[in-house]
Amino acid sequence: MDILKDLFYTKDHEWARIEGNSAYVGITEYAAHSLGDITFVELPKPGEALKQESYCATVESVKAASEVYAPFSGKVISVNSQLSSNPELVNQSPYDKGYFFLMELSDPAEKARLMDAESYRKYTEGLSK
Amino acid sequence: MNYIPHTAEDISRMLSVIGVKEIDDLFKDIPASLRPKSFDLPAAKSEFEVTRSLRLLSGKNASGLVNFVGAGFYDHFIPAAVDSLSGRAEFYTAYTPYQPECSQGWLQAIYEYQSIICELTGMDVSNASLYDGGTALFEAMMIALRQTGRKKVILDSGVSLIYRTMLYTYTSNLSIEFVEIPVAHGQSCRKELLKYLDDKTAAVVFQNPNFFGAVDDYSDMVEEVHRRGALAVASVYPVSLGMLKTPGEMGFDIATGEGQSLGIPLSFGGPYLGFMAVRNDLLRQMPGRIVGATVDSEGRRGFVLTLQTREQHIRRHKATSNICSNEALCALRAAIFISLLGRGGFRELAERNYQKAEFAKDVLSRIEGVEVKRSSPTFNEFTVCLPCRADEAVNRMVEKGFACGFPLGRFYKGMDNYLLIAVTEKRTKEEIRRLADSLEAVI
Amino acid sequence: MKLIFEEDKEGRQGFSYGASDVPAAKPLPEKYRRKEQASLPSLSELDVVRHFTNLSRLNFSVDTNFYPLGSCTMKYNPKFTERVAAFEGFSQMHPLLPQLSGGGMLAQGSLEVLYGLEKLLSEITGMSAFTLQPMAGAHGELTGAMLIAAYHKKRGDRRKYVIVPDSSHGTNPSSAAIAGYEIKVIPTGPDGYMDLEEYRKNLNTDVAAVMLTCPDTLGIFNPRIKEIADMAHAAGALMYYDGANLNALLGKARPGDIGFDLMHINLHKTFGTPHGGGGPGAGPVGVSSALEPFLPISRVIRRADGTFALDYNYPESIGYIAPFYGNFGVLLKAYAYILALGKEGLIRTAEIAVLNANYCLARLKKYYELPFDKVCMHECVFSASKQAENGVHALDIAKYLIDRGFHPPTIYFPMIVKEALMIEPTETESKETLDAFIDIMIEIAALAKDDPSAVTRAPLNTPVKRLDETRAARQPDLRWKRP
Repeated sequence: MDILKDLFYTKDHEWARIEGNSAYVGITEYAAHSLGDITFVELPKPGEALKQESYCATVESVKAASEVYAPFSGKVISVNSQLSSNPELVNQSPYDKGYFFLMELSDPAEKARLMDAESYRKYTEGLSK
Repeated sequence: MNYIPHTAEDISRMLSVIGVKEIDDLFKDIPASLRPKSFDLPAAKSEFEVTRSLRLLSGKNASGLVNFVGAGFYDHFIPAAVDSLSGRAEFYTAYTPYQPECSQGWLQAIYEYQSIICELTGMDVSNASLYDGGTALFEAMMIALRQTGRKKVILDSGVSLIYRTMLYTYTSNLSIEFVEIPVAHGQSCRKELLKYLDDKTAAVVFQNPNFFGAVDDYSDMVEEVHRRGALAVASVYPVSLGMLKTPGEMGFDIATGEGQSLGIPLSFGGPYLGFMAVRNDLLRQMPGRIVGATVDSEGRRGFVLTLQTREQHIRRHKATSNICSNEALCALRAAIFISLLGRGGFRELAERNYQKAEFAKDVLSRIEGVEVKRSSPTFNEFTVCLPCRADEAVNRMVEKGFACGFPLGRFYKGMDNYLLIAVTEKRTKEEIRRLADSLEAVI
Repeated sequence: MKLIFEEDKEGRQGFSYGASDVPAAKPLPEKYRRKEQASLPSLSELDVVRHFTNLSRLNFSVDTNFYPLGSCTMKYNPKFTERVAAFEGFSQMHPLLPQLSGGGMLAQGSLEVLYGLEKLLSEITGMSAFTLQPMAGAHGELTGAMLIAAYHKKRGDRRKYVIVPDSSHGTNPSSAAIAGYEIKVIPTGPDGYMDLEEYRKNLNTDVAAVMLTCPDTLGIFNPRIKEIADMAHAAGALMYYDGANLNALLGKARPGDIGFDLMHINLHKTFGTPHGGGGPGAGPVGVSSALEPFLPISRVIRRADGTFALDYNYPESIGYIAPFYGNFGVLLKAYAYILALGKEGLIRTAEIAVLNANYCLARLKKYYELPFDKVCMHECVFSASKQAENGVHALDIAKYLIDRGFHPPTIYFPMIVKEALMIEPTETESKETLDAFIDIMIEIAALAKDDPSAVTRAPLNTPVKRLDETRAARQPDLRWKRP
C-alpha cells in the first residue's frame, strides 16, 4: 500500500500535504481500499471553518459510508470539484487527483498530533494483524 | 391450528444431534425467575372457527353505506387484476430484495413504480415508497430543513389536519417553528404567505386539491418561495393528476401524497402508500429505498437497491431518516393499477370523477337551504354549507344508508354547518340523486 | 424482461370505465390543468397480467424457497389470513366512519379487532397497553423514542443519551437520533454478551434509555438481562425492547416481566403477516403503565355496555404517528394468526424455532467458525472467516446458495462478526428442508477448501449474474424516461 513520504497522516486515515500555511487533504490508499469502490464524496463548502479531528466530509462506497475528519483546524479554501462526477479518482489516485480539499491552517503547530509516513506505515501494519 | 410440521420422531432425532435431552434444555439460559408471570391466552382454534368468528365481526361494520366521504382517502374501483396479480405469493411472501439475483421481479416492479410516480407528478426521481402520505410529508419537510439549514416551516391550512397533526407529533423534540397560513375562499391566501415568508423559512407546504377540495395553481407562490431560498413541498391526490397541473409543472421541489387511491382498499386506516418524488439535485437527500438499473457481469440489464448508504443500516445515527421499509406490496398494486388503466384510462378516471362531482354539485345546489361553495374550482370533492349542523345531518343520513360526507366542524372552528363531500367514479347517477333527496328530507 | 413501458402500444388500454351516466360538465379552466400528459404504459389486460406474472416468477419467496434470513423471521404466512383481510366488511371501511356517528357504532367489528389484538399482545409480552399505530418496526422504534422523550420531559428531566450495544440493528440508533438523542455504543465482550463494565461506566443520569434486543442479534439470551434492566432503572433510564427476536421468547419469557418498560413488535416477523417484498408491516408498541399516558391517540376502549369506542381524552399523549389506527389490514391478519395458534401454538412456535436453529448450529459448527459457542435461540450466527481465507466470502456463499435454490441467510450482520452468516430457519420449516440446506452449506465448505472458484463465480443459474452495484450508485438510473 502506497504511503507517501512527505505527507502527514491521521489515525482515521486522512493525509495532509502541507504547503506553507495551507494543506491539501484527502484519504489514504489504505482507507480507499477498505471502503471499496467509492461512489460519492460529500465535501465541505469553501469558507467553512474546520476543527482538528472534527467531522468535515463523508465518503460513500456501495456498502459503507465513512466520516472524514479534518487533520488540522482552519478554513476550507477550495474543494476538488472533479470528485462529484468522478468519485473513482479517490480509488485511482488518492494522494493526487483524488484529493478532497485545500485548507488554510489556523495553527500549523497542530502537526505535532499527526503521524509521519514511517509511523503511519507501522500503524497500518498493526491494524492488519 | 399451527403450521409446525415436526413429528415426534423428527424432534427426538434433532434433539440427539444437538446433544440435549429435551426442548426445555435449550431454554436453560432463561432463569426460572424470568419465566412468564402469566400467559393467559385462548386455546388454539381451527381455521374454520377463526374465519367464521372474524366474518361475524366484519358483519358488525357498516361497510355497506353509500360512501361520499373522502378527506384524503377515496372509494375508488379496484380492477380484479390488481388483486390477483399482487396476490401472487412470489410477490407477497418475499422479503426486501437485498439479494438482487433472486429478486429481479420485485426490483423491476419497484423501478416501474418509481417511473410511474415521476410521470404522474412530473418530477425527476421517486423513491420506492414510504408508509403513508403523512410520513412522506414529514420526510419531505426534513429534507428541506437539512438542505437549507433553516428552522421555520410554513403550512397552508388547506393541508389536511390529519397530516399537520402528524407533523407536529414527529417534530415535538426538534426545535422547529411552524406558521400556519389561513385559506381564503377555499384557496390559499397569497397575501398571508408573503407576510410570513422570509430568509428563515426552510419550506412551505401546500396541498392540491386542498382539504376543502379546492384546486389551485401554485406556480406563482412557488416562485416566491424560491426567491427566498426555501423549498416548496406539495401533498397531492394522485387520481387528480389525470387532469390537474402537476407539482413538477408548478415548480415544486418535492411532491408527496397518499397513493391509496391507486388500487389500494380503504381498509379502515391502512396499509396505505406514501409516495415521494423530488428534483434531481435532492436525490441524495431522499429517504427510503431506491431501486436503480445497472448491468450484470455479462452486460444484461438488471436492477438493484441502490444509494443505500443514505439509509439506516449503514449510516446508523447519521441516516437521513430511520425508514427501513417501504410499502412494497402497496406500491406494486399502484403500478399494476396504473398499467391496467394506461394513459387513456387514467385520464378517463380523472374526467369521470370530475364530471360526477360537478353533477352532484348541480343536484345538491337545487336543495333549498343548501349552499354549494363555488368560490374555487374543485376536482372530485367540494364543500357545502347546510342550514343545520353538519354532524347532525350526517348522523341522520347514516340511518338512510349514506355516509354522506365529512362534517368539517370536527377539524375547523366555526365550520359546524359545513360538509365535505367526495364523489368518485363509483357513485352512480342514481346514488347521487338519492343522496340529494335524502339530504333534502333530513335538513 | 422488458420494462412495462417498453411493452406499450398506443391505442391499447387494459381497463375502461364504460360510458358515463352523468352529463358532461364545463371543463376546468386551462390554468389548472396539466399541459404534459403522463407517459403511462398502455397495454391490454392480458399483457399487463403476463408482465407481472412473469415478474413474480423471478422472485424467491417463502412460498417457493427456504428463506433463513436471520432477524427477519420468514415463517409461513397462513393463507386464511389473506381471506379474512379481504372480507368486504373490513376492507371497504373508510377510516373516518367513526367520526360520523357517535361512539364508533359504525365500526364495531374493526374496533373489536383492534381492542382484542391490543389485549392479546399485552398478555403475550407482559406489557400494560399497546398502540397499534406504528406502520413498521422502525416506525415503532421511533414511536418508542418519542415516548421515552415524553416520559422524561414530564419529569422535568431532559436526558441526552440512549445506550445501544454495538450489535444493534441500525434502526435503533437512527430512531433515537430523530427523537433528539445522542447515542452511546457499548461493545460486545468476547463471551457474546454486552460488556457489563463498559455498560456500567456509561450508565448515568444523563441516559434516557437503553435499547436492547433479546435474545440479542447473535441469537444469544443474556441470563443477566434482569441485572442490566435493574441497573438502568437505578439510573432512572428506561429499558426499550426491540422485538425483532420475539419469536424465540413466546411463552418462555415476557419482556414486561424481565423489566422492559416499552417495546415494539414486528407483526410481519413474529405474528406471520406477509413481508410483501418489503412492506406493508406493522410495529405495535407496548408500554408499562408508567408510559401509558403518553401513548398516541386515538385509543380503543370498551364501554360498560360492551361496545367499543375511540377515546381521544389523553392530554399527555404524544399525538398521532399514523393517519388513523395503524395498518389495519396487517393488524387483522396478526389477530387471526394469534387466535388460530392459541396459547399452545405460540409456545410451540418458540420451542420449535429454537430447536430448528440449534439443529443448524449443531450440524454446521464443524464446518463454519462459530464466534460464540453457546446454545443459541431462534437464530445462529456463523462466521465465514475460515472460508474467507481461501477467498470465499459470505457474499459468495450467499450467491452459491441462490444458485442451488435457497435464499441465503442474512450476511454481514451483526457487524461485530466478520463475514457473518445469520441463519434463522423459523418453526415452520421441516427437518428435511433444514437437512437439504445444511447439506449444501457443507458442500460449500468443502468447495471453499478444494475449489473456491466454484463458489466465487456463483450465481450461474439466475436470471441475472452478479450486478454492478458500483455503477448503480455512481451513475444513478432510477426511472424509465420517454425517449
